[in-house]
Amino acid sequence: MELYNLTIHQLNEKLVKREITSSELTEIFLKRIEGVDGKIKAYLTITPEDALMQARDADKRLVSARDITLLTGIPISVKDIFCTKGIRTTCASKILNNFIPPYDAAVIKKLKDAGAIILGKNNMDEFAMGSSTENSAFFVTRNPWDTERVPGGSSGGSAASVAAGECAASIGTDTGGSIRQPASCCGIVGLKPTYGRVSRYGMIAFASSLDQAGPMTKDVMDCAIMLNIMAGYDPMDSTSIDTPVPDYTKALTGNIKGLRIGIPKEYFVEGLDDNVEKAVMGAVEVLKKQGASIVDISLPHTDYAIAVYYLVATAEASSNLARYDGVKYGCRAKDSKNLMDMYCKTRDEGFGAEVKRRIMLGTYSLSAGYYDAYYKKASQVRTLIKRDFEEAFKICDVIVTPTSPTPAFKIGEKTADPLTMYLSDIFTISCNLAGIPGISIPCGFTNDNLPIGLQILGRPLDEETVLRTAYAYEQAADWHKKRARL
Amino acid sequence: MQYEAVIGLEIHAQLLTDSKAFCGCSTRFGAPPNTQVCPVCLGMPGVLPVLNKRAVEFAIKMAFATNCEINPKSVFSRKNYFYPDLPKGYQISQYDEPLTKSGYIDIDVNGTKKRIGITRIHMEEDAGKLLHGETYEDSDYSFVDLNRAAVPLIEIVSEPDMRSSDEAVEYLKALRDILVYLEICDGNMEEGSFRCDANVSVRPIGEKKLGTKAELKNINSFRFIQRAIEYEIKRQIEVIEEGGRIIQETRLFDSDKGITISMRSKEEAHDYRYFPEPDLLPLEIDAEWIDEIRRNLPELPAQKRERFVNEYGIPQYDADVLTSSKALANYYEGCVKFYNKPKVISNWVMGELLRLLKEGGRDISQSSSFKIQPEALAKLLNMIDSSAISSKIAKEVLEEMYKTGKDPDAVVKEKGVVQISDEDTLIKAIDDVLSKNPKEVSDYKEGREKLFGFFVGQVMKATKGQANPQVLNKLLKERLSK
Amino acid sequence: MAITKKDVEHAAMLARLELSEDEKVTYTSQLDSILKYVENLRSVSTDGIEPTAHVVPVKISLREDNVKESLVQDEALANAPEKANGCFKVSRIIE
Repeated sequence: MELYNLTIHQLNEKLVKREITSSELTEIFLKRIEGVDGKIKAYLTITPEDALMQARDADKRLVSARDITLLTGIPISVKDIFCTKGIRTTCASKILNNFIPPYDAAVIKKLKDAGAIILGKNNMDEFAMGSSTENSAFFVTRNPWDTERVPGGSSGGSAASVAAGECAASIGTDTGGSIRQPASCCGIVGLKPTYGRVSRYGMIAFASSLDQAGPMTKDVMDCAIMLNIMAGYDPMDSTSIDTPVPDYTKALTGNIKGLRIGIPKEYFVEGLDDNVEKAVMGAVEVLKKQGASIVDISLPHTDYAIAVYYLVATAEASSNLARYDGVKYGCRAKDSKNLMDMYCKTRDEGFGAEVKRRIMLGTYSLSAGYYDAYYKKASQVRTLIKRDFEEAFKICDVIVTPTSPTPAFKIGEKTADPLTMYLSDIFTISCNLAGIPGISIPCGFTNDNLPIGLQILGRPLDEETVLRTAYAYEQAADWHKKRARL
Repeated sequence: MQYEAVIGLEIHAQLLTDSKAFCGCSTRFGAPPNTQVCPVCLGMPGVLPVLNKRAVEFAIKMAFATNCEINPKSVFSRKNYFYPDLPKGYQISQYDEPLTKSGYIDIDVNGTKKRIGITRIHMEEDAGKLLHGETYEDSDYSFVDLNRAAVPLIEIVSEPDMRSSDEAVEYLKALRDILVYLEICDGNMEEGSFRCDANVSVRPIGEKKLGTKAELKNINSFRFIQRAIEYEIKRQIEVIEEGGRIIQETRLFDSDKGITISMRSKEEAHDYRYFPEPDLLPLEIDAEWIDEIRRNLPELPAQKRERFVNEYGIPQYDADVLTSSKALANYYEGCVKFYNKPKVISNWVMGELLRLLKEGGRDISQSSSFKIQPEALAKLLNMIDSSAISSKIAKEVLEEMYKTGKDPDAVVKEKGVVQISDEDTLIKAIDDVLSKNPKEVSDYKEGREKLFGFFVGQVMKATKGQANPQVLNKLLKERLSK
Repeated sequence: MAITKKDVEHAAMLARLELSEDEKVTYTSQLDSILKYVENLRSVSTDGIEPTAHVVPVKISLREDNVKESLVQDEALANAPEKANGCFKVSRIIE
């Protein structure tokens, strides 16, 4: 197999055995990007000089064999939502077109400290608002399995870069499915950790109570390796959780005997693609064969998740995006008459249609007279959704569902009607509302050779069981070894 | 018709923490623009607030000092509005669940005690500063300095319990005293670390319902508060008398003209869209911490006044004056330690010392500018008691001590102003005066006893005022009766 | 509760968005259909249910009052669209 198609743990072996240097590996990935990114368009910014400099440092560490991690010398990409010191960070928005942060996001710092090489910044839906990466202000990213289709979103650039071998792994963010859904669309592994497990500092906020960063990788082992580095308490993030980080790779035992798997009846309903249903039920059979037991469960408030999500997320977003006002950084509209005019023009020109739509919805639902009916009501139903999971986890250890009701759809297919687009997040959203961890792993392909994702949800802070289940299935099913042909 | 005013005050007090409310930038006043800023207080993308523990502690102290209830769990909210001095486009504040509520303080208005209710005290962050261009080429622009952005504030909201500008000013002064005593705010109105908005309405006396209020802003001294409120009361009564109606609005005080001006034309519909700040968990305060803060609470002005009266036996008036600032009260108590006649010290401190401070414009809390140690004042007073110097001389000595910071011994020595009690020396001086004024001596002896004062004066003059008056009196009588 | 064009204009003003006439029409109908969709929440009984604003089961952690290094002025202003006198520059605000 080509080196660019290898996983982190495979590449780590080669680096440690000195079969290859990090500098050589970085060159290989940069060449791969040069070769295929014109087609895929996974990157907004490529940083070859910085990457090669980091690679030289990593090589020194590798030679001295001191202070190395499984990520030392491994070239990765990062979603352009993470602030990178000295490197343009746009969030795929025109309004941040020229923004160069004077700081690194906490996660970026951790990855750099671990010795990871950052190749560049991935395309995404503007401010992470979208499920297809079509809402990028710059260009559309294409799905490596079928370039006529979307890679999913909002971390579509990250998912596509992993699937296309344009990096060893990537990191994304997930507010309502933005890691898991593109992972599913691109046939890779994507994990949204428990809310608070990974610091949000320096990660550009969309909906603060839902956003969480996580790894996007070629297999479950890589996912555990990345999470080991990314997870942990950060005093700069008041909402991060101060509990020790286990070694997640140790959870990958392959043994799921006695594990109770919950199947929520609300997730297997009309609208679910036949291919997807078949693949997911097939996966459940595989898990069963490995000694897991199946429990029928109910998550009765599932039907309300999308409504709750779109009220809570847009309200928070309307406030989070107020800082883009043309005063301190970012773009400012020319020829404004006065301050008010400058604000309105800057924000009208700087934001794309979907972002404006969500700001409008969030502003409206928080405005005088509507708060109780919308935001407060949604927050109360959120409590009920969280309770659904608490109840379910009394009788099961993980919950298994499809990640997305359909495989990757065609570019332009859903752009006309925002509500239809929103409904494609139906299986991933509840997990964010409840703050629990969830992973998407490949579980088969459609007749058109499009990847299908299996979602595994776990208890808060129980990423270990989620990863253990995912690993057991992955090793039995072997889908993770398939690569898109480009 | 007779009207009464109804006044409530909203006070913003900047807390004297070293670092800002949500980041580690310094809060020091007067630094060059935008040098005390970081990604967090600049509201850069992706940054998060982390609450300053001492700011919470200060707010709790104020709650204790104003008899407020402390909510074991309070919530931060976002107040959303656009303004260039507000970097995030929202202010982190507290809305429906503030840190503390339902308190009061007692104030003294022309000898009458009055209780003013405090609705709530909540925590929030300050905004930056806008500077407006002065020069020709700058005049089309405003400039934003974010050094002050996110400095911690408490907002103290009173009940509409005040009925006159005097009451409002007394309340304001009392609150400032408390803040300064607690050392949680410097109370500086000019620099804006202590700011006041006033809600003013009027209603016919006897009417229970509140009138429509106007909110007065931009008032930066006690004098202006008084004038602004008085003007506003007069204005509202006139409007009503003329058959008009008061409009709920914000009015700006123009200190040059002494009037309030409507800001209605510039005000747009505000709708702050408060919602719970997702980046900050609810502020939960455990009982242990509250106890610790309570135990370490310093004595407050009212308690101190009462103690001074009881412990030192000084009149209420003296206690009021001496506790008007914490530094003065500390100084007074320092003196009492070295010289156990509290009323005598009170007289000297309130009389001579405060006069000198007022004339010299010095600050008793600054040891670099005010150099008379309590021990030195005590020494001076002991010198009077031992007749080493007269009180008249002592006043001169004190003045020199104030100017130079020298010890009273040194001053007395330098000036050669030790009191003369030695009888031989005085007799010599007396005899000298008597021999020079034979006519007055014979007049005195013939019954013009008033002339006694004349002889005292002459001896004093001859001894440069250093003669011990008691000894002089005794000896003079003896010599004249010869 | 149908949303009107006037509501959209008000929200746009609060959000500081200058919308074209076309956008106003589009947003009115799109927001209307989204708001109709979320009406389904009304059928959920939430009497006595605490709203969830934070899902993390942790207590707030506070920082000590220690001063940390700030950015230097040039760094602070580096991304500013317009700056002068060590400040961010905006159109004059009439007071």
